[in-house]
Amino acid sequence: MSDLPILSLVVFSPLIGVLALVLVPRDNHRAMRWIALLAALASFGFSLALLGYNTGGAEFQYREDLSWIPAFGMRYTLGVDGLSVVLVLLTTVLSVVSIFYSWDPIRVRVKEYYAAMLLLMVGMLGVFVSLDLFLFYVFWEISLIPMYLIIGIWGGPRRIYATVKFVIYTLVGSLLMLVAILAVAIAHASAGHPFTFSYETLRGFGYADGLQALAFVAFFLAFAIKVPMWPFHTWLPDAHVEAPTAGSIILAGVLLKLGGYGFLRYSLPLLPDAAVSFAPIVIALAVIAVLYGAMVSMVQPDLKKLIAYSSVSHMGFVTLGAFVFNVQGLQGAIFQMISHGITTGALFLLVGVIYERTHDRAIAHMGGLNARMPQYAAIFGLFTFASIGLPGLSGFIGEFLVLLGAFQYSGWVAAATMLVVIMSAVYMLWMFQRIFFSVPSDWMRRWWPSLKDMSRNEWLALAPLIVLVVALGVFPGPVLDAISGPVDRIIEAIESSQGLTSFSLPW
Amino acid sequence: MSTELLIALIPALPLAGFLFAVLAGSRLDRVPSHGHDDHGDSHADDHGGHAGHGGDGHDSGETDDSAFRAVPSEEEQALSSPHAGHADDLANSNGADGVIPADMNDGLGQAGHVVEGGPRPSYRSWWVPTALVGIAWAFSMVVFANVVFGGHVYHVSVYEWIVSGDFQIEIAFLVDGLTAALLLVVSTVGLLVHVYSIGYMDGDRGLWRFFAYLNLFMFSMLLLILGDNFLMLYVGWEAVGLCSYALIGFWYKKPSAAGAAKKAFVVNRVGDFGFGLGIMMIWTMLGTLNFEEVFAGIGGLDPTAVTVIALLLFAGAVGKSAQFPLHVWLPDAMEGPTPVSALIHAATMVNAGVYMVARANPIFAESPVAMWVVAGIGVFTAIFAAAIALTQNDIKKVLAYSTVSQLAYMFFALGIGAWVAAIFHLVSHGFFKGLLFMGSGSIIHGASGEQDMRFMGGLRDRMTWTYRTMVVGALALAGIPLFAGFFSKDEILAESFNRGYYLFYAVGVIVAFMTAFYTFRMIFMTFHGAWRGPRDAWHHVHESAPTMVWPLIILAVPTALAGLLLGIPPEGGFIHTWLEEVFHTAEEAGAGILSGSIAAGEHHGFELFGIGGLLLVIGASVGVAGIWLAYRWYVLDPEAPGRFVVRMPFGLGPGMYAASLNKYYVDDLYGLVWARGGVLVGNALWWFDAKVVDGAVNGAGWVAQRFGGLLRRAQTGRVENYGLGMAAGLALVLIAYLVMRP
Repeated sequence: MSDLPILSLVVFSPLIGVLALVLVPRDNHRAMRWIALLAALASFGFSLALLGYNTGGAEFQYREDLSWIPAFGMRYTLGVDGLSVVLVLLTTVLSVVSIFYSWDPIRVRVKEYYAAMLLLMVGMLGVFVSLDLFLFYVFWEISLIPMYLIIGIWGGPRRIYATVKFVIYTLVGSLLMLVAILAVAIAHASAGHPFTFSYETLRGFGYADGLQALAFVAFFLAFAIKVPMWPFHTWLPDAHVEAPTAGSIILAGVLLKLGGYGFLRYSLPLLPDAAVSFAPIVIALAVIAVLYGAMVSMVQPDLKKLIAYSSVSHMGFVTLGAFVFNVQGLQGAIFQMISHGITTGALFLLVGVIYERTHDRAIAHMGGLNARMPQYAAIFGLFTFASIGLPGLSGFIGEFLVLLGAFQYSGWVAAATMLVVIMSAVYMLWMFQRIFFSVPSDWMRRWWPSLKDMSRNEWLALAPLIVLVVALGVFPGPVLDAISGPVDRIIEAIESSQGLTSFSLPW
Repeated sequence: MSTELLIALIPALPLAGFLFAVLAGSRLDRVPSHGHDDHGDSHADDHGGHAGHGGDGHDSGETDDSAFRAVPSEEEQALSSPHAGHADDLANSNGADGVIPADMNDGLGQAGHVVEGGPRPSYRSWWVPTALVGIAWAFSMVVFANVVFGGHVYHVSVYEWIVSGDFQIEIAFLVDGLTAALLLVVSTVGLLVHVYSIGYMDGDRGLWRFFAYLNLFMFSMLLLILGDNFLMLYVGWEAVGLCSYALIGFWYKKPSAAGAAKKAFVVNRVGDFGFGLGIMMIWTMLGTLNFEEVFAGIGGLDPTAVTVIALLLFAGAVGKSAQFPLHVWLPDAMEGPTPVSALIHAATMVNAGVYMVARANPIFAESPVAMWVVAGIGVFTAIFAAAIALTQNDIKKVLAYSTVSQLAYMFFALGIGAWVAAIFHLVSHGFFKGLLFMGSGSIIHGASGEQDMRFMGGLRDRMTWTYRTMVVGALALAGIPLFAGFFSKDEILAESFNRGYYLFYAVGVIVAFMTAFYTFRMIFMTFHGAWRGPRDAWHHVHESAPTMVWPLIILAVPTALAGLLLGIPPEGGFIHTWLEEVFHTAEEAGAGILSGSIAAGEHHGFELFGIGGLLLVIGASVGVAGIWLAYRWYVLDPEAPGRFVVRMPFGLGPGMYAASLNKYYVDDLYGLVWARGGVLVGNALWWFDAKVVDGAVNGAGWVAQRFGGLLRRAQTGRVENYGLGMAAGLALVLIAYLVMRP
């Protein structure tokens, strides 16, 4: 077993699925769906092997290292630590769920759709397992294009505006990041070392302060746009509203995590001095994101937009936890990424459920649905409370740990952020009340006779998420255990740094 | 079985009941459909909770369909809704006709009750949850006896929940005298409410859902009182909040119920904001959340930090126990079914705040400021809420404000350091208020859903047992000698006097008078005089089913006897021996800090023919006086209250009456400031988001596009233009070089 290139299998099984899709006749949708599902399941199956990750062992396990473009020192280096493992598993689970859920909703250009979904998987998984900065960049960009197509082709009425905005915004960030990657590699090489993009080699190098500051800002913009942090978030509501359901699941569930992963994998260990110096401003932006996202969520008339803005709020916790530089903050940030992926992925799926029936997402158009779709209401309620951070469900662990980490940084930061426990209850429960309780709208009456409760397929798609949201809330141990090693290493890197010394930043 | 295992099983049993009800409950209940348009679907609705059973439901739904198609449903519903016998059916049919348009009706009554007159549904989903709670009750009693009579303290650890660096939280239980006190109330009232609900909720199509929530609540509440660290307390705290939300909004079709549920959760979250921060602060300063370790370390902290911690924790208690200014959710919570009001919003959950302060007594005892705040909020809320209860006409609202006021009494006791008296009152209040609420449910049930006392009267003839038991409860609440409330309330008053808080004592006595008055105002308005409701409703007035009456009778026993068993002699009864260990350190620490003229150490104890006896007489007299006034005003001379209001000096009467009736407009103020204000701010930020933040993004895009457009124009394709450009550029470089040359 150990000789198998597990990571390559995880990353590239979906690509095999894409190749298989090409061979299927144009109108055999059934075969395409099965191929896509099997390819995603294969990737998921291989990713289960990562459960064997040894938390006490080497930092990066399941390593693969091949020469790629020797002239520029670019190598095909893969490897995972606990942080990568949990995110890879999140990605494979959510990908299977979203591909499975696409079964009914996607009826046009089915082949292209599944090819795009599988390619997206390749990009996302590649990002989480690359240990070569250039390879990382390539996968990062690969993950962009399929989402561009998914929103642009299978999206809603304003899909072109939304998808162009999404792509250009993200590209601006990622091109800056490319410059930063090159700058870091060149700085390392010009100190007399062999030219390399190897993460493990570049990480330990003490970069000059000026370079650190510029590279940090460049990396930061790329990741901050992806997370998305306030004020770089406005692409997200547009993209979510226009994206098809499965696109939203992946977008919220995994693509946003690329930004959080970037902070933890690259910003902090690679450029610790700049990270320390920039932390106060990042924390300030994160707190703004948490509160601002919640306030704006409250008044959204569109269900998807509401959840999109709540993502801005929840992902603010990730950034906050990452930049308070203590065990609880960092572990909380990672846990929050997992939990948000599950919870928000499920919520977008649930929005899809009602959208499939009524072709509408306006909250004002709903009401009284509990009478008609009690199972749907129950599951929606479960994830509503997970999103609010109810103890016993996964959302609580991440939020509480981040707040605890923030409290050690500053009681005031924690107090300001904690206000969101009130706001999230307001916006989520108000939404829940307007959808499920009291009076159905006149508009909803039209659909009333034909409304059906959750179908078997919808249950099947949600089942893994239901299990995970409860299991992780009650038994967070395995995840916390897996990520404790990587978190300790980040803290080591940060603690040995002095911050930028040759010049001072205005805060 | 070892006691440790029993302790672990106590919360596990209701959890199992919850899972059972969710997974199987919907299939155990058979509710025939009612001749509405969409049978198959409405039946499938019943099958909530499971995939793959839609098929089943559909089949039987179709049989039902053919069987009952002939039933003229709307007519039947219109005819039978006054007979349905539930508060909320009537409330809906009065004011909110057509809340669910007839063509959209799913065969339920408005409130989820099956319409009467049709075939009876058969319910089987209640018995497993009830039986499991019964077993948990038995286990609780064993544990209770071991702790209270055996003097044991138990530590049970289950598993490591969260481990993040130094932050390590175990799921573990601690049972000492204080936990035992709550265990007694929670499991006893919990079990009785389960039994009571079998009768009260009969005919409600959501029966299995109701029992699922009740069991989840029992699990959460037991977790709350059994947990051995602050985070577990917080977990139980939030979880009971969830159950409260689900049960207040149980009749979800009523917009008011849905709104009240949300309000309860959100207002509680305001308190939790403080509670959560307090927990974080404790951990940040002490590195542990385990009760015993925290209390051992708290003395070493900076006094200001201790005060901040205590006040943050107390914010949580203010929310959960509905104290001013976060009291607004509890009266609204009466939208929930009455068994829920009895269990959650009177006897158990709302005590959580009192429990928390009592549990954290070593923290509070270190901070005189925090103690003053607790006592001050307590005394103020006690009189504030009692003054609202005087004028309420809805029987459940009277009891709700009474609960707020009585909880405030407990905080008052905690704040002056009368820890044991507070818990004593918690226990006795848990019993008699649970009894009163269940009695009010019996009244509402018997009076065709009427909740307004102005349309009741004379019920004692037809509801004998409800009347007898409620009078016992009312005597206890009014503080009449020998009943439980007398001993516990009097102990609080005596302690406040003995410790030199004379102002607080005076307010406490006034509140006792008001309490006796509004309690018996309620009794007289409902049971005495003549029936004032609609004539045909009188024909349906009946005593409730045995499952409802027996819990009342059983609860009347401790209501009558608990004071005698626990409270004699006053200030030295058995309850003091029982709880001595828990409050030991706080009593000692508090004795030195508090400004009371008589420190606990030199306390003389109770003397029948001394101050103590005099206080007892005063306490009993105000209770009797309150009852007497209620009797005069509501039995002998019903015009009197009106005259009194008019004759009040300076014409203040009507204004004061309106202020009290409208709860001093606090709800309206909050609605304006927080609800409206919040939406306003949200909208302002959204505008900012769309116009400014996104405007900048789109602006940048626009500029880039324009710039690209300009550049495109430069790409003319003519060689001479390019040549000119090159020449101009060269010239520019040359000029720059010449200018900048040093």
